[in-house]
Amino acid sequence: MTRRLRAILLELWLPVLGIALWWVLSDDSTSPFFPPLRRIVEAFRDNWLFARIDTDLVPSLTRFVEGFLIATVVGVLLGLALGLWPLARRALAPSIDFLRSIPAPALISVMILLIGFGDGMKVAAIALASTFPILLNTIDGVRGVEPQQLDMARVYKLGYWHRITRIVLPAASPQIFAGMRVALAVALLVMAFSEMFAGTNGLGFFIVFAQETYRIPDMWAGIVMLGIVGYAVNLCFLAFERRILRWHRGWRATAQER
Amino acid sequence: MQSVHALEVRALSKTYGTGDRAVRAIDDLTFEVEPGEFLCIVGPSGCGKTTLLKCLSGLLRPTSGAAYLEGTLIERSPDGLALVFQEYSRSLLPWMTVGANVRLPLLGRRVRRSERRSRAAEALDAVGLTGFEDKHPWQLSGGMQQRVAIARALAYQPHLLLMDEPFASVDAQTRADLEDLVLDVHERFGITVVFVTHDIDESVYLADRIVVLTHRPTTVEEIVTVSLPRPRDQIATKELPEFMEIRGRVIRLIKGETGESDEGDDIPAGVVAAHEEVPE
Repeated sequence: MTRRLRAILLELWLPVLGIALWWVLSDDSTSPFFPPLRRIVEAFRDNWLFARIDTDLVPSLTRFVEGFLIATVVGVLLGLALGLWPLARRALAPSIDFLRSIPAPALISVMILLIGFGDGMKVAAIALASTFPILLNTIDGVRGVEPQQLDMARVYKLGYWHRITRIVLPAASPQIFAGMRVALAVALLVMAFSEMFAGTNGLGFFIVFAQETYRIPDMWAGIVMLGIVGYAVNLCFLAFERRILRWHRGWRATAQER
Repeated sequence: MQSVHALEVRALSKTYGTGDRAVRAIDDLTFEVEPGEFLCIVGPSGCGKTTLLKCLSGLLRPTSGAAYLEGTLIERSPDGLALVFQEYSRSLLPWMTVGANVRLPLLGRRVRRSERRSRAAEALDAVGLTGFEDKHPWQLSGGMQQRVAIARALAYQPHLLLMDEPFASVDAQTRADLEDLVLDVHERFGITVVFVTHDIDESVYLADRIVVLTHRPTTVEEIVTVSLPRPRDQIATKELPEFMEIRGRVIRLIKGETGESDEGDDIPAGVVAAHEEVPE
């Protein structure tokens, strides 16, 4: 129990200290840009408990989840194809490298022209930008499958489907998950940015709109909310990853012992 | 049908690469394995034993010559052939439980789920691993992992079991236990076994006949018949004067071989081109 308490203290000391300092130092602030934390907390309560959950938080999260799921499916399937098929990889690698070098926000302006200002554009922008880390990691993971495991599959005459689902995908899964973790951050960024750029609701829109109308405490409350969302999404993903990759941690731990 | 060999290797040769960089790994191998026989293959290190097994299991295409499994030309991985690799840690799948690993070869066949389970249970029982189905391979010792690999091969119910230095990376006591396990399995299921090893004692202890290979480019130096009585015993069999005599003979055959050739052992890296592998 004391060990658990120590672990929690070790993780929380900095956030607690930071918030305490912020609270004390900003308490008598008269600057319109840096309002006292007290007022930001009030603004947070007024907006996020729970008035704007339906109108702004849920739409943001929906776009984020849709975009991220599309990116995962496209990234893994395309990565599988390119990882298994060297000719396709050589044919497409330069184009992929070019596309992924364009900063995601720049793509949003093109998306607006092509798809318009709606939800579809935002989901597409999130999906496009976060596909690349998943795609590249999947290709690497698929290419790194232990050759002896593939030999084994051939000797035992496993079909293509079983080779993919029982050997290639599980073997590549640690790298796929690493790519998804990066993609998660990209998806959040593009979500917020697309809403700031062309939104009528959502977290990004809320922050920009508050700023433009000089509701500075609201703006800060939005930023805090965005941080909480990002942190929570990461925690959920890590819990999911821990479940799926439990074998990988065990296997690596024993491999290091030897 | 009496005359069909379990395995027949006819003038098989394998050259890696072409032109100046060509390396002749196997030069004209011919031998037969009879049904139910336990055949060991020994030879100096780097003599292309693994190349031979890859040709026999259909993973590599011979440059010339051929191998026949029960009279059928081996082109791709043939039916009824199982292979136990040297490195269990690389051929077992760490993301699957022991049970799933053993059931894996049955996925490629039309075997019902319930039968997959019962065959896997039987195979695990044969190697003494009942009760470990739900563990992962990396939770077991090296010797137990190789038992899992053997159980996986048994669940496939092969006619011919190829083993590529399967006990090279376990300690001596485990090795003796695994040797007896393989003898037991061979006896019980009547499987034909081709067992590659660099350990001469092991080959004499296990085999009905020993194929002694020459240095690269490899041919058959001699085929030694081992007429030691079965069942064999780690102590009694190895104390027989005949055991010592055969052992000495095989050692002299191999030593004479390595003495006269100073060529490098290993095939240079990069010579094995991907296109030489048998395509899917």
